[in-house]
Amino acid sequence: MEKLIISSSPHVKSTLTTRRIMLDVVISLLPACIAGCIIFGWRALLVLAVCTVSSVLAEAGFNLLAKKKQTVGDFSAVVTGLLLGMNLPVEIAVWQCVIGSVFAIVVVKCLFGGLGCNFANPAITGRVFMLIAFTQTAGIAFPTIVDVTASATPLELIGKENAVLPSLLDMFLGVRGGAIGETCILALLVGGIYLIARGIIKPYIPLVFIATVFLFSWMYLGSLNLALYEILAGGLVIGAFFMATDYVTIPITPVGKLVFAFGCGLVTCLIRFFGNYPEGVSFAILLMNIVSPYIEKWTKVRALGGAAK
Amino acid sequence: MFHFLGKTHIPHEKHTAGMPAVRMPSPAEVLIPLSQHIGAPATALVKAGDAVKVGQKIAEAGGFVSSPIYAPISGTVGKDESVLISAGRKVPAIRIVSDGQMAVAETVTPPDIHDFDSFRRAVQESGLVGLGGAGFPTAVKLDAEKKGLLNTVVINGAECEPYITSDTRTMIDRAEDVKAGVELLMKHLSADRYVIGIEKNKPEAIAKMQETFADNDKFSVAVLPDTYPQGGEKILIYNTTGRVVPKGKLPADVGVLVINVTSLAFLGQYAKTGMPLVEKCVTVDGPAVADPKNVIVPIGTPIIDVLNFVGVEEGKIAKILYGGPMMGVSVYSAKDPVLKTTNALTVFDRKSVKNAETVACIHCGRCVEHCPMGLTPTLFTTFMEKDNKDERAKLLDAENINLCMECGCCSFVCPSKRPLVQNNRLAKAEVREYNARQATLKG
Repeated sequence: MEKLIISSSPHVKSTLTTRRIMLDVVISLLPACIAGCIIFGWRALLVLAVCTVSSVLAEAGFNLLAKKKQTVGDFSAVVTGLLLGMNLPVEIAVWQCVIGSVFAIVVVKCLFGGLGCNFANPAITGRVFMLIAFTQTAGIAFPTIVDVTASATPLELIGKENAVLPSLLDMFLGVRGGAIGETCILALLVGGIYLIARGIIKPYIPLVFIATVFLFSWMYLGSLNLALYEILAGGLVIGAFFMATDYVTIPITPVGKLVFAFGCGLVTCLIRFFGNYPEGVSFAILLMNIVSPYIEKWTKVRALGGAAK
Repeated sequence: MFHFLGKTHIPHEKHTAGMPAVRMPSPAEVLIPLSQHIGAPATALVKAGDAVKVGQKIAEAGGFVSSPIYAPISGTVGKDESVLISAGRKVPAIRIVSDGQMAVAETVTPPDIHDFDSFRRAVQESGLVGLGGAGFPTAVKLDAEKKGLLNTVVINGAECEPYITSDTRTMIDRAEDVKAGVELLMKHLSADRYVIGIEKNKPEAIAKMQETFADNDKFSVAVLPDTYPQGGEKILIYNTTGRVVPKGKLPADVGVLVINVTSLAFLGQYAKTGMPLVEKCVTVDGPAVADPKNVIVPIGTPIIDVLNFVGVEEGKIAKILYGGPMMGVSVYSAKDPVLKTTNALTVFDRKSVKNAETVACIHCGRCVEHCPMGLTPTLFTTFMEKDNKDERAKLLDAENINLCMECGCCSFVCPSKRPLVQNNRLAKAEVREYNARQATLKG
C-alpha cells in the first residue's frame, strides 16, 4: 500500500461545477437565440456569433496579455457574449458588436478581477454602454438601439395616440420590433424553466421582478391589457430570467435577492413611465447591481442561536 | 411556521443498512492511545510486561473531563509507545500483545447503581465517551442534572453521514439495550420527555424504536428529513424540540441532554454486565470497499486488520477516514488503531479522491442557503483575506464563526469547489487564539 492521502473534510463534493452552471445558462439561452434568428433572419445569427466570439477572444486575449490563468473554459464569456447579442437590434454594425463585447468583457469583468469579481452584469453594462455610445451615430442602419426592424417597439407605442399595438399573441411569440433575443417570450420561458428545473436560478427572482412591473404598470396605466403589454414588451422577461439572476452581481442572501428583484421592477417602471428612455430594464438591473452590496449587508441571514442584528 | 433545518441532499450510500454486525476474530495485538476523548489524556495503570485481561482498567481518567480506558483483549503489555492522533499531536499509547485467550477480568461485574451519584460514577467508570464521534465524556454531561437544568433528553439516531449504519444497526439489533439505557436515564434523571430523532431513510429503525417504546408515554420518535446534517447537535435539538441553543451556550442551558443512541445502548448493556467500553461496531464501506460490512471490533485494533477482515484490496486503498465522508478525519497510517469514537472506516480508492479544480467564487449563495446554522461562509473568506489579525478575529467573531460546526455542507455544495470549511476551521482557530490573547492581556 502506498502512503495514505491526508486531506481535510468534507471528502465528497457535489457534482455541480461552475462550468456546468454556465453551460446550463448557455443551453437555456438557445431557444430564444433560435427564435431570434427565425424572427429577424440570418443577420441575427451573425450578430450573436460576432458578440460571442469577440467576448471569448477578448477574455482569452486579456488573460494572455495580463499573464493570468486562462479562464475561457468556464463558459462565462460565452454567456456574456450571447446575452449581449440577444439584447442588440438586428441591424447593428458588426464593428459596434465587437467594441461592445470587448467593453463588456475587458472593462466590466476582467479589469475588476475576472469572473466573480465584477460588480455589474457585463452584458447589461455592455448594452448600456452601446446604447449611450452609439445612439448618436448617424447614418447607421438603426435609429436607436431599442428601436428596431421596420416599426417602433411596442413600448414606444404605448401611450401614443392612434398607435396600433401588435396582438398579445404576437407579443408572446415575438413577432414584433425589439432586440434579437428579447421578443420571443415563449422561448425565453422555455429557457427560464430549464434553469429553474436544473436548480440554477431561483424562480422567485424573475417572478417578483415581473410581478412588480405588472402591478405598478396596472396601477399607473389603469389598464390590465396595457399592463400585460408592459410585461411582454421590452427586455423585461430576458432581464428577469437571465440577468437579474446573475449570481455575481446580485445579493447572496435569499431575502436580499427578493429585495433586489423588487427594486429592479420598481426602477424599471420609474424609467418607463417618467424617464426619457422607453425601456428601463437594463438601467434598473444595473442600478440595482450597484446597490447589491448594501442590500446584502441589510439582509444578513440570522444565525441559529446568534444575536439579532 | 416550523420547518426543519439542514437541507443538503447528499447521496446516502447506506449499503450496509440491512447487515447486522459481524464479530471479527480478536487481533494479534492492539494499540490503545490514552487520548480518545475530549479532555485530559488518561494516565496508564499498567507497565511493560504486565498481563492484562479483557475489561481490566489499564488507564485512569486523567482529570475531571477525561475517561478511563480498559483492555479490549487479554495478553501482555508491550513497551511504552506513542501514536500520532488525528488532532496532530503525539499521545502515549499502550500496546497489548494478545495471548489468544480473551480471558475476562474478575473485576467485570455489574455496577452498583442505586441513585444519581452511583449512576454517574458508573457512567464515568464505564469509559463511555460520546460515541457519535465527538468523544465528550458522557458522565460530565450528566452533571447538568445536578444543576436541575434538564427536562428533555434528545437521543441521536439521525446518523446523517453517508455510508455509516452502525447506529441504525444498534436501533434494530439492540433495541433492548437501548430500552435498558433509556430506563436508566428515566430512573436517575428528572427529565420527563425523551425523544429520539431518526432520519426517514431508516424505516426499519423507526419501526423498531416505535415498537420497543410503544407503552412508554414519555418517549417519542421524531422522524427527521433525510437531509444532512440532521445529526448535528444544535440542528437535532431544533428539529426535535424547536429549541434554539444560544451562541456560546450548551444544550443543558435549554434543558436538553443529547446522547447518541449507541452510547445509550452501551449504557444499558453495561448496567447488566459491567463490561466496560472495549469494542465498537464499525461500518466499513466506501468506494474502495467491494463487500462492505458492519464489524464488531476490539478498540485498538489496527485499521488494516479490520480492512483485511472485510476483504478490502490493499492495492486499492488511497485514503482512509475515521467516520464518514462529510466530517470524517483522514487516517495517517493503516496501522493506526480503531478508537472509542470510531463508528465507521470509509475507504477511498485513487479514482474517488480526485476533486474538481478550485475556481473563483461566483457568489451563487449556495453555501449561505445550505448552512444549517444560518452563517455566511463567503463573508468568512473575505475576512480571512484582511491583513490585520486582530481585525480579522473581531469581524469573524461578530459574524458568529464559532457557530460553525464544520458539517461541510458549504464545501459540498460549492460549485467552485472552494475550501470553505477549511477556511472556517482556520478562522475558528484564529478567533480562539485572539480570545486567549485578550484574556491574557486582561488577566
